[in-house]
Amino acid sequence: MADVTMRIWRGDANGGNFETFTLAQNEGEVVLDVIHRIQATEAPDLACRWNCKAGKCGSCSAEINGKPRLMCMTRMDQLPEGEVTVTPMKTFPIIRDLVTDVSFNYVQAQKVPALLPPPMPERGYVMFQEDVERGQEFRKCIECFMCQDVCHVIRDHEENKEHYSGPRFFIRYAELEMHPLDTNDRRHLLREEMGLGYCNITKCCTEVCPEHIHITDNAIIPLKERVVDAAYDPVAWLGRKIRRKHNRTADEAAVQPAP
Amino acid sequence: MAVMESSTSVVLGGTRGGPSVTHLRKDRWWLQPVVTMSILTAFVIYSTWAAFQNRYYYVGAGVHRDLISPFYSPCIADDCVSGSKAGWHFSGWSLSPALLILIFPLGFRLTCYYYRRSYYRAFWWSPPACAVADAHGTYTGETRFPLIMQNVHRYFFYAGLVFNVLLTIDAVEAFREPGLGWGVSVGTIVLCVNAALLWLYSLSCHACRHLCGGHVKSFSQHKIRHRLWKLVTPLNAKHMNFAWASLFVVALTDVYVRLVASGALTDYKLF
Repeated sequence: MADVTMRIWRGDANGGNFETFTLAQNEGEVVLDVIHRIQATEAPDLACRWNCKAGKCGSCSAEINGKPRLMCMTRMDQLPEGEVTVTPMKTFPIIRDLVTDVSFNYVQAQKVPALLPPPMPERGYVMFQEDVERGQEFRKCIECFMCQDVCHVIRDHEENKEHYSGPRFFIRYAELEMHPLDTNDRRHLLREEMGLGYCNITKCCTEVCPEHIHITDNAIIPLKERVVDAAYDPVAWLGRKIRRKHNRTADEAAVQPAP
Repeated sequence: MAVMESSTSVVLGGTRGGPSVTHLRKDRWWLQPVVTMSILTAFVIYSTWAAFQNRYYYVGAGVHRDLISPFYSPCIADDCVSGSKAGWHFSGWSLSPALLILIFPLGFRLTCYYYRRSYYRAFWWSPPACAVADAHGTYTGETRFPLIMQNVHRYFFYAGLVFNVLLTIDAVEAFREPGLGWGVSVGTIVLCVNAALLWLYSLSCHACRHLCGGHVKSFSQHKIRHRLWKLVTPLNAKHMNFAWASLFVVALTDVYVRLVASGALTDYKLF
């Protein structure tokens, strides 16, 4: 097989540049295999994060030819001919080479108010299959954070990180809001503090998701429609007034049950 | 209940990796926004031109047909051509009725989640394609005026349903051949396909899916809503296809009626 040229970003917080490696291409290799061969031969100090090599741990996220992809699931023979560019995820601060600091996501994870079930009835909690199935898709998330990386709201506007949870956490909010045992109401929280309105539904998160979760259609848009119910629909507002129903405020919803 | 507040806050800044360029993509990422922009621009130009024409929108008894353009239905202006008038008319409105009518279907499409994705990419470049830098220094999304008005989508959906009913009546009336009885012509098929695609586009809408059952917490406690939700969910997955197909066909329907009404084309009778 022909040789392959890899153009890999090398550097840290002090700066960096591309380094080019040319090596023989082996049949059936994925990008992560080639990165490992470079580590084993030419650049033992090349930093990359990886774990399962099976597309299930979400560790080896990077940008291959400019698009967020898992290195372990990207076959070399499916990339266009010519040199292959590998860079770290752009949205997060660099640690070294292909490794980024994704702690922004853990901060956002901490902000998600947990499931708030009613007191346990005598017979215990009961879940029906149709309710279990509804949230199943969202639980496939492997937290590779490529949806967060590709989302232009924070990719191109660092300042929005303060008030934007991002697609990965919107699917978590959707899972909770669609949970039949949850008694919380996070709609005002989503609108006022988690930045749901910043999403302009360009569906890049769905395009890059390695688990093929329909993030936009099944999580973000349903959440946006729920926020319309809570904050923008005058008929829904009138209905609440007549039935004397109260929506939880953002502060009320943000209170979490103790672990 | 004991409570716990989140205390960790987001730390902004930090050096990002990779070169300072707008993108590193090697594929033809620009193709999709260019195609979208071309098609939507062409549709806006054509529909604006057609709306101001105020003629050749109805094929009537003179040629034994009852075909009306979807851009002009219901014809509610004072000076609608004979036979095209709806039961009620907007007294004093002497301009093209399309100028009144098109507000609603265009509003429905303008606030549609699928079209939003398309025109934010194609026209606003926010972003033009995935992992390509957007063209703006700051970004507030749909949190402020005017884009916060996208939240009225469900009201345009309701209006769209009314128009679907009216266009379905038009499609049924297209089987009428005044002076001859009933029959099927190419025009009949065109109006029926148009009405069917508009129904599919409306019923596959995300707001429709939400209103049918997406808003409930528990499907097991809302069996009928769950059933409705399961009916529209497969349609919702094809919303993009219906959006484009109905856009093309609604314009083609107007073109067809216009050509027949102007005498440039004969509406061929099938049976």
